[in-house]
Amino acid sequence: MTQKFTKTTLANGLTLLLKEIHSAPLISSWIWYRVGSRNEVPGKTGISHWVEHMQFKGTPKFPANVLDKAISREGGVWNAFTYLDFTTYYETMPADKIDLALQLESDRMQNSIFDPEEVASERTVVISEREGNENSPMFKLSEATQAAAFRIHPYHHKVIGDMADLKSMTRDDLYEHYKAYYAPNNAVMAIAGDFDTEKMLKRIEKLFGGIPAAPAPRQLSRPETEASGEMSLTVEGTGDTTYVQVCYHFPAATDPDFFPLSVLDSLLAGASSLNMFGGGISNKTSRLYKALVESELTVGMSGGAQATIDPYLYSIVMVIHPEKTPAEALAALDVEIARVQDEKVSTEEVARAVKQAKALFAYGSESITNQGFWMGYTEMFADYAWFENYLDNLAAVTPEDVQRVAKKYFKKKARVVGTYLPINEENINE
Amino acid sequence: MNNKAYPGADDITRVKLKNGITVLCRSNFNSPSVVLRGNLPAGSLFDSEEKLGLADFTASMLMRGTEKNDFQSIYDGLESVGASFNFSANTFTSGFGGRALTEDLSLLMEMLSEGLRRPTFPTEHLERLRAQHLTGLAMRDQDTRDMAELIFDEMLYHDHPYRHTGDGTTETIGAITRDDLVAFHQKHYGPRDMVIALVGAIEADDAVKQVEEILGDWQNPEQPPKPTVDDMPPLEERTRRHHPIAGKSQTDLMMGFLGPKRLDDDYMAASLGNSILGRFGLMGRIGDSVREKSGLAYYAYSSLSAGRGPGAWYVSAGVNPANVEKAIDLIIKELENFIKEGVSEEELEDNKSNYIGSLPLSLESNGGVSGALLNIERYDLDLDYYRQYPDLIHAVTREDILAVAQKYIEIERLAIATAGA
Repeated sequence: MTQKFTKTTLANGLTLLLKEIHSAPLISSWIWYRVGSRNEVPGKTGISHWVEHMQFKGTPKFPANVLDKAISREGGVWNAFTYLDFTTYYETMPADKIDLALQLESDRMQNSIFDPEEVASERTVVISEREGNENSPMFKLSEATQAAAFRIHPYHHKVIGDMADLKSMTRDDLYEHYKAYYAPNNAVMAIAGDFDTEKMLKRIEKLFGGIPAAPAPRQLSRPETEASGEMSLTVEGTGDTTYVQVCYHFPAATDPDFFPLSVLDSLLAGASSLNMFGGGISNKTSRLYKALVESELTVGMSGGAQATIDPYLYSIVMVIHPEKTPAEALAALDVEIARVQDEKVSTEEVARAVKQAKALFAYGSESITNQGFWMGYTEMFADYAWFENYLDNLAAVTPEDVQRVAKKYFKKKARVVGTYLPINEENINE
Repeated sequence: MNNKAYPGADDITRVKLKNGITVLCRSNFNSPSVVLRGNLPAGSLFDSEEKLGLADFTASMLMRGTEKNDFQSIYDGLESVGASFNFSANTFTSGFGGRALTEDLSLLMEMLSEGLRRPTFPTEHLERLRAQHLTGLAMRDQDTRDMAELIFDEMLYHDHPYRHTGDGTTETIGAITRDDLVAFHQKHYGPRDMVIALVGAIEADDAVKQVEEILGDWQNPEQPPKPTVDDMPPLEERTRRHHPIAGKSQTDLMMGFLGPKRLDDDYMAASLGNSILGRFGLMGRIGDSVREKSGLAYYAYSSLSAGRGPGAWYVSAGVNPANVEKAIDLIIKELENFIKEGVSEEELEDNKSNYIGSLPLSLESNGGVSGALLNIERYDLDLDYYRQYPDLIHAVTREDILAVAQKYIEIERLAIATAGA
């Protein structure tokens, strides 16, 4: 199937990626802003995510209620996500209706109102969202391990932000954040689906070309310093289940080591999927599954990393078997980490990781929404070429590379070990 | 959009094998992969009170070892090529599903046949899975959303089989033996009324041939008829229960009543009505009232789960424990208004347009199309159902929606469940 791909930049700095796919009468339009929790300082944590919420609260042209009804009426699906490095908004619509989404995004790039009453009402909604998260033991644990892993870098806090800041931030804080980061020169637009590239280019130029560029937003520069020892922490809470999360510092997505580490991840914890829509595969033959779940030290395990601008984390989560201890599971994990550091993996194992990635790409390509996602997402931390060359870069990985990166990144002295310990009433009475 | 682009009689192949297996196939060569999904009537309705969770446990053991392969070699085969496959139990049926690059489809076929016909139920895995199930139940006990749903079902379906989830309890999962699994499998797994859908880069003739080869000679004379469930009356009075879970910052709320069955004449009106009530845009009228206007919740929406038996029609929300009563009052107000005033012409037109317009997206992927084919088979719909769908939607009137609202929603008979601090 022919897929025409175009990448260009408008005069105001808006990066534009277009991919014609004519398999279904659908178009998925994504707008990505280079702002996320990475750009937040104490006192304003969670501000990017809250601004994302406010982007659904209306402009003079598209008041709140009108906007979501208009998209839904046309059979469209829309949503938004805020993460470490980005905030993104997408609409997937019947192809002949996409213009509504384009008008909307062009409008709310500059004209959102941030009505004080809406800000007040959304404050309690975001607080409710955080309270829902806090119900989960794994949220509490991962919040603590993330904070321990980053003392300096803003990856320190959860995207949703700290409760104290959600209570104290003002309408003007939010509006200022919006004005600083929502500008064409800080955005990437990615559109995939059933359209004609020339016509689409003209339409985007018309809708977005007149939006003035803003001064380049201030960037925080607070690189994390090298860890000087293993950190351990405990979170206590209700329940009967013990969780352990082990985090290793991991390089940025543009670091050449990212690819051998992706192979290593496949081997250790099962192939991670880059698909936001399209799913992944099971991990029951991974080394850690065998060592932990098959040996009944844990009842579940998962592991993986994120592609990020700055170095982030490789995280392994173990749900401890009711009759075993965290120490036993951790010891078994250490044996497996030592194995990839001491012994070279086979070329067959590397080839297997490449084949898995190839299959995951094929599944992901079925969804036009996912195709739009890939284009914009990769632009946030690298560029689309990163994605296009991904399989080749994986295929070029050697067993020596895997061993080298295992030694370099999976260091005990640079990791955080967090444990969620259930405290039920019996324990309290003791 | 041209309705011809949807699956229909001229591009769905439907073949019934001699032993009772129905094979459905629709080709799609846009991506080099295939989805295989289906089910057979071996669901949790066959669980006894003492062994609740048996159907689910049986399904989850099928890939733990077969006469041909042990657990690790089963998953090594699949994961080495990026394929996936699994079995799981639902209420009426046990299902299976997976996908692979077309070049690896034979792996899925073999897994399906070996899992269905020759599982070995290794004891070692039985105990391992039991520990995993029990931990899953312990995690569920801590989940406010799951527990609100659990006690909601217990209230709404008091003495009906639907009061149980298929997961079982600590006691019943603890009581299940290997003999139980073997017996359940022997009796309930068979080809009669089994359905297999294949969608993707495969020709239909080839798909049918492959199923015939691996399952065409399968027989099970012991297989009982498909299960059925009775209708039931609504609650006699408004019933409310709270399930306390310590240390939770959010309480989950679930409140509702019995709704229509999928094949009832008023199903489509109820579905559109529900969309207006709690789905359309940002969670419909419920979302507008509880989230947008009052800022009480991140999520507040309504659902209609219509199937073969009496479905539930309910509203869910997650709120701060201090706001539970406020949220319940707001929701009841919306329900009262819905019964009294019905919906506006504009709302109805918006929602019809949404239903019809969102069809291409739901049928975009192989997974979406396979779901549509199984839906057609499950409810005995016309092969052209998705092409006729816009007409079915257009036929619903405001009066129809007011009628279903008044028929099903009785404020004085609501079941109200909360779980949390």
